[in-house]
Amino acid sequence: MYEFFCNFNSISIKESKNGMSVEIIDKPMTKLNFAKSGVKDKLEKHNVKASVKNFNFYYSDTQALKNINLEIKDNTVTGIIGPSGCGKSTFLRCFNRMNDTIPQIRYEGEILIDGTNIFNSELDVVDLRRNVGMVFQKSNPFPKSIYANIAYGLKINGIKDKSFIAEKVEKSLKDAALWDEVKDRLNKSAFALSGGQQQRLCIARALAVEPDVLLLDEPASALDPIATAKIEELVHELKKNYTIIIVTHNMQQAARVSDYTAFFMMGELIEFDLTNKIFTNPTNKITEDYVTGRFG
Amino acid sequence: MERHLDEELGRLNTNLLKMATLAEEAIHKSIEALTKGNIDLAKNVIKDDKRIDEMEILIEEEIIDLLALFQPMAGDLRFITTGMHINADLEKIADLTVNISQRVIDLENQPLLKQLEDIPKLADQAKIMVRNAIDAFINRKEELAKEVILSDNKSNELRTRIIKELIFDYMVKDGSTAPRAVPLLLIARDLERICDHASSIAEDVIYMVDAIMIKHHRDRL
Repeated sequence: MYEFFCNFNSISIKESKNGMSVEIIDKPMTKLNFAKSGVKDKLEKHNVKASVKNFNFYYSDTQALKNINLEIKDNTVTGIIGPSGCGKSTFLRCFNRMNDTIPQIRYEGEILIDGTNIFNSELDVVDLRRNVGMVFQKSNPFPKSIYANIAYGLKINGIKDKSFIAEKVEKSLKDAALWDEVKDRLNKSAFALSGGQQQRLCIARALAVEPDVLLLDEPASALDPIATAKIEELVHELKKNYTIIIVTHNMQQAARVSDYTAFFMMGELIEFDLTNKIFTNPTNKITEDYVTGRFG
Repeated sequence: MERHLDEELGRLNTNLLKMATLAEEAIHKSIEALTKGNIDLAKNVIKDDKRIDEMEILIEEEIIDLLALFQPMAGDLRFITTGMHINADLEKIADLTVNISQRVIDLENQPLLKQLEDIPKLADQAKIMVRNAIDAFINRKEELAKEVILSDNKSNELRTRIIKELIFDYMVKDGSTAPRAVPLLLIARDLERICDHASSIAEDVIYMVDAIMIKHHRDRL
């Protein structure tokens, strides 16, 4: 008897008095060792920048966030997605205590940034907001020149050295990928810029005071596709130096720009994982329904 | 504007090239194992196939992520889907070289049925077709891809000639030659299948470059 092993089956040839018979025998494929894509390993090496522990948030009697626990890694982009009213913007605004301006709010639990609880009564909120910059959905440049918009944060922080400020303005505009477009008209009004440019100006303004963390609240939702693509590319570049948390209505945008994605619904964190996991194989059925558009 | 996606596509391109190199190397080694009766080399091909399998999965996962995360369009979409097909073709080519190597091992300690003439010719044809198909993919050469597709007839003819010869000149005349003839017959079949995969890669290259589906429509060439 002769056997010829193929990958998926073997052929057996038997000799007998009547001649030869050929038989194909099914043989299971040997188990493969799966190669890792490496994304997970690479991201796991990043340190924890912020941790949210047992966090609850209330607007008066309404609970907007329910027992949220997650960790944000440094130099990564974390996307926050979920339907309207799920608490994603509320959650984002907790990181620099922007909700403090709203009456009758209260919170329980902790948010630690670099190990310090940001709700610590001794913590200076102005310092926190310097460290945790924010850019909003609608660009909101000051009614000043392009230059003055960037220099503003430095000046109110007591910096008077003009050459230092000029350097910082240039660097911030370069980091926000806006320098080449505005370098010849720095003294023109910021309102003369297009919507996309105004939004990048706001990012540059946030970068000027050297924050560690950048909070982006739907930064591209009012922009056209080209301006949106520019913001997304910018986010990808900025994560080399900053930790970024981005709230977006646009799921595809979260998929494109973020390393980790948090899916919120009705104030609960339904799922938090690597972005490629959330968009290719989410653990939770509700997440699957949301990302595939079967929701509701 | 340099895009984040371009970075990812560049990585995919590099990985596909690595995969192609591994597959080409496997063809070369399995043929050398056959012509020189080198059993160690044949075993080596079988062992190395694991690396190719792992590479296939890595590339496939990469492609699934690209499709899910970037929603590619137009040329990007065609490149990525072509990459997915080429990845599968290369892995199957590697599997066929494993089959060939196993046949070489089966033939160990048995004298060759005959001086090999057409099998090395078919092997050369397979190597050239795979190399050209990959070259066409890397350099976006649609004309070269067309040449690959058109040269597939030659491999079919060679395969048929080899099989007919083995059956009618040997096995029919003398049944006891079967143990030495069947492995050669299977090798011819596997080599021709490698040519088919090269052809399939070339068809995908034409789709990638010109968005024309050649598959099952050779008249569109």
